[in-house]
Amino acid sequence: MRRFEYPRLGERVFRKKLDNGLEVVVVSKPSHAKRYAFFATRYGGMDLRFRLDGQWQDTPAGIAHYLEHKMFDTQEGNVLQELAKNGAHDNAFTSSAVTAYYVECTEKFYENLRILLSFVSVPYFTQESVDKEQGIIAQEIRMIEDDPDWRVYANLMECLYRDSPARIPVAGSVESIRRITPQTLYDCHKAFYTPSNMVLVCVGDIDPERTAALAEEVLPKEGGPAVPRDYGREEGQRPGAREVRMAMEVSMPMFLAGYKCRPPEGGEAMLRQSIIGDMACDVLFGDSSPLYTRLYEQGVINGSLGGNFDMLPGAAYVYVGGDAKEPERVFAELNAQARRLGEEGVDEALYQQIRRSAYGGMLRSLNSFENIAVSMTEGYFRGFDYYRFPEVFESVGKADVEAFLRENITPDYAAISRIDPLA
Amino acid sequence: MTRQMLMENVYLTYIPSEKFKTSFFSAQMAVPLRAETAGLNALMVNVLSRGTARCPDMAAIGRELDMLYGARLEPTVRKKGENQLFGFVASCVDDRFLPAGERLLEPVTDLLGDMYCRPAADGGRLREDYADSERENLADLIRSDLNDKRSYAARRLMEEMCAGEPYGVRRMGRAEDVERISLRALDEHYRTILPQGRLELFYCGSAARERVAGAFARAFEGLPRRGRLEPAATTRRPAPEQVRLTVEEMDVTQGKLCLGLRTDSADMAATMLMNAMFGGASTSKLFMNVREKLSLCYYAGSAYHRQKGIITVSSGIEFANYDRALAEIYAQLEALRDGDWEEWELQGARSSLCSGLRSMEDSAASLEDFVMGQAAAGGEETIPGLLEAVRQVTPERIRAAAGAVRPDTVYFLRGREGQAHEAL
Repeated sequence: MRRFEYPRLGERVFRKKLDNGLEVVVVSKPSHAKRYAFFATRYGGMDLRFRLDGQWQDTPAGIAHYLEHKMFDTQEGNVLQELAKNGAHDNAFTSSAVTAYYVECTEKFYENLRILLSFVSVPYFTQESVDKEQGIIAQEIRMIEDDPDWRVYANLMECLYRDSPARIPVAGSVESIRRITPQTLYDCHKAFYTPSNMVLVCVGDIDPERTAALAEEVLPKEGGPAVPRDYGREEGQRPGAREVRMAMEVSMPMFLAGYKCRPPEGGEAMLRQSIIGDMACDVLFGDSSPLYTRLYEQGVINGSLGGNFDMLPGAAYVYVGGDAKEPERVFAELNAQARRLGEEGVDEALYQQIRRSAYGGMLRSLNSFENIAVSMTEGYFRGFDYYRFPEVFESVGKADVEAFLRENITPDYAAISRIDPLA
Repeated sequence: MTRQMLMENVYLTYIPSEKFKTSFFSAQMAVPLRAETAGLNALMVNVLSRGTARCPDMAAIGRELDMLYGARLEPTVRKKGENQLFGFVASCVDDRFLPAGERLLEPVTDLLGDMYCRPAADGGRLREDYADSERENLADLIRSDLNDKRSYAARRLMEEMCAGEPYGVRRMGRAEDVERISLRALDEHYRTILPQGRLELFYCGSAARERVAGAFARAFEGLPRRGRLEPAATTRRPAPEQVRLTVEEMDVTQGKLCLGLRTDSADMAATMLMNAMFGGASTSKLFMNVREKLSLCYYAGSAYHRQKGIITVSSGIEFANYDRALAEIYAQLEALRDGDWEEWELQGARSSLCSGLRSMEDSAASLEDFVMGQAAAGGEETIPGLLEAVRQVTPERIRAAAGAVRPDTVYFLRGREGQAHEAL
């Protein structure tokens, strides 16, 4: 395996691409008791339309998430039991672009890794088990629909995007998941769960060669063809709608504003763009920004205000929100401040301060095995090495942050989602 | 790991580690949890966090933290047994990873010391504008637990079950009490509690012990020390003859069913393991049977509050499944009492518990929480000690631990009248 040293981060990484196309990444953490394996496919909630065996297929919203749930069934029974016997904690999640399965344990790592690789690569669905899952997932969907944090976000995405599947919730709806059959699940597994569309990231005191050999032994020998996906037509930065409101059982109004940004480029430019976007958020509304401290001191916002820059396939946006008695006022202040910063530039001292803080924040995130695995996975799928962030960071300047604010954070590209208390 | 007395009723726990990118700091006061002071303490730390004599406002503190490579410092309020733990936790990039060899340990401990001993003041008192805004924010924050129905239901269960006991007091007090706190009362409280409260300091990182102790000692030099308010021992109560029931209605689509149980067993290790088999791990009976096999709920799990001798069950269900779900939860407990389990269930619960304990040493925040819990409760537990105790638990002890559990209170959150029928 190839070994990579990152002295500025105090990190060591081993990498190998197997003959079947699977990328194996081992991040070495010799002094930790915990061992972590993260097995991910480049397939998420937004991958609803794709071409398989020469045919364009439209699949029901929520299918990637549904498939994630069903992968835990094996012919022998439920895989959770096998892993749990070894004291391993396992779980999975589906995001817009990725489905990931992971195991965390302190003992029998290779045994657990073998189980993980096997159950994710071998599909087993029956009509009966698929039907039963409808009830469980419908409950999960109902539960998140009661969650105002989720609602305010889902409503915002529906406003911001007209055609992009970014507007559709990852879990789908109670109605859309009714259309899922064992056959659609098998088709999606065949299309996306091929080694060449996947990555295995292990973090901990782990033997890289043994890990790669195990993956080679358990997984299929062949990779699989690349699957073209359709994320809808390029829709520009103007939102589909400007505003959405809903009433729920909440203690005070809650809002989330969104700014549609230019879609991301691939490769290291994407890492750079994400650093710039995050810093622009810090400058505009971070805890130490002039706007945040002023609005907090005036009682217009409380500690809940926060947000970030997020990149999805073919889409990117800044979101910011929280609890506020007058959401419209916060929104207007955000717009005004972004305009000021775009026109007058960012104060040099503030920029230097935010820059240091942002760098510290990236270092800090490496305390978490999950963050490491997620960042490595995103980097691999999008064509960059996440651990090069110190170098990329140095290439970013104040003008980049100002340009980002000017080009993206304007009322023309914005929408606001509100949740009000029930009357 | 070492714990030393730094000043009168001030202790420092020091854990040397080079595992992390950051160093972790904490300064917590541990006092008995009481309805009259819970909100005062919570408000106090939030007001103190607003500014110090040297960094008098949020912008100044923000600048200081940013310049320390994004150091973090935040007020925390916790419930540990029947004690309230309040103060600040902080973290910063460990000196080993700083580009220009800067040293962040001393500035961070200084800031912690300033928060306690040298707050931003106006005419010798805490600042009124800070008190006003934090009072409102804290009351809003306390009320906002309504937004997450799962934790709301768990909290309501605890209030009903432990009404009249310190354990039933909310971590940050009640919103209506917080709203009534005057600046004068707050300021007096600060001047009373500061000299009396036990202060627990914590550090985990790569610096040597002498340097850490020296930095904390200097930062807290001005801390007044007189009188002594010791943390309280946690009390236990038996379950009532008749199980109590509370039902609330709200505009929700999914019901929340919570159950509170009491145990008088002194066998803590066996109860920990029994709880892991019941609902504390992914091999648990609640998860495998009530959720997976019977599809009666979306989630179902249990937690053992070991200082208090309470087990709580939390589940999300369809309204109509209330009776069946509750009966099944009881049935799972019954099964444990009867020794009705397969070998892998015990094995899985035991390894999951041990793995969780061992993994705590991989997180500075988990270590801090464990250490502070022990300090507040006056406990002598160590992670290796707990691991050993869990390894030695026998099936007989698990059955006995399950047999010592009695239901106390059921809390059910359901939809409003009429809505239930739609959800069927």
